[in-house]
Amino acid sequence: MSATPPPLSKRAVVDRYFLEHRAKVLDIAAFLDRFDRAQGDGADDYRVTALRECCAVLLDGKPDRARRVLELLSDHSAEPIAKAPMKGATGAMELQKKGAI
Amino acid sequence: MYIDPHVHMVSRTTDDYQRMALAGCVAVTEPAFWAGYDRSSPAGFFDYFRQLTDFEPKRAAQYGIRHHTWLCINPKEAEDPVFAKEVIALIPQFLKCETVLGIGEIGLNKNSRNELEILDAHLALAAEHDLLVLVHTPHLEDKLKGTRLIMDAIKNHSKLDPGRVLIDHVEEHTVRPVLERGFWAGMTLYPDTKCTPQRAVDIFEMHGTERLWINSAGDWGNSDPLAVPKAQIEMKARGHTLDSVKKVSFDNPLKFLSQSGRFRIA
Repeated sequence: MSATPPPLSKRAVVDRYFLEHRAKVLDIAAFLDRFDRAQGDGADDYRVTALRECCAVLLDGKPDRARRVLELLSDHSAEPIAKAPMKGATGAMELQKKGAI
Repeated sequence: MYIDPHVHMVSRTTDDYQRMALAGCVAVTEPAFWAGYDRSSPAGFFDYFRQLTDFEPKRAAQYGIRHHTWLCINPKEAEDPVFAKEVIALIPQFLKCETVLGIGEIGLNKNSRNELEILDAHLALAAEHDLLVLVHTPHLEDKLKGTRLIMDAIKNHSKLDPGRVLIDHVEEHTVRPVLERGFWAGMTLYPDTKCTPQRAVDIFEMHGTERLWINSAGDWGNSDPLAVPKAQIEMKARGHTLDSVKKVSFDNPLKFLSQSGRFRIA
């Protein structure tokens, strides 16, 4: 597993990807604003809590952000469950169900 | 030129075959999967296996694309072990088809005990017939745990060589353990879930290009049958060599799939 340095310089990475990711940050900001404006139940939805935790990972200055965000959103329990409750997945885990991190 | 080693063409239009051919696709491999609804009887799978082994290769051939397949009952339909084992019992009669490469895409969905039981039955079938294995890893929050359970289940079958098993849908948190345990790894390029072409190229840069491939897993959901050539463009735009582009999108799938003795390119 030999890593290869990215051929692009830091400046070239910014030139190529900045606008795309500026838009994605705005999408997250607008989603959180939309969530705040919305009425009714769901204020404590675990998925929004998880998303806020992911945002903190982006700003902690440490490497491997993508891996750590995925781990933060993952089930860390080890044993198989008794029966599948559904076919789909929600994209995040409730904190109390996350298992041992 | 490229190979898409995981794409569900039964869900795609003939126009997609044409567009893939125009983009340089010379061969595809199509794992059996969940149709979006549960089949009501094993006979439904019998017909699906006929579609995969008989009809689909002819449709692909019209565009100069070689079509191959993998057979199984997908983990999404494995919660009823009795039903699933009836389907597994249908598979051996199709193994004589020249385009069947192995067992797949097997694995886990919600990481349940029943899913594990059916995964084990599939692995035993692959070991008995000395077949390649293509593994589906679970979605989103279930992937990390499921990938670990799957690798442990495979290791319980000493006849299965990890070098003949590809574990698919890896992302940044699963790629390293899969490669370190000797398996091949696949990255699926999806618009929202799994990897984008950009992240897949990041993973090549971080983990190298040995025992790694990319695929579109195009199906009936939000997916893109041209994802592999889009990743090729991303690599070229970043300045990666044409040899590197060819290695991940053609040479690596060719090397893994050729272990079946049945894989052909157009």
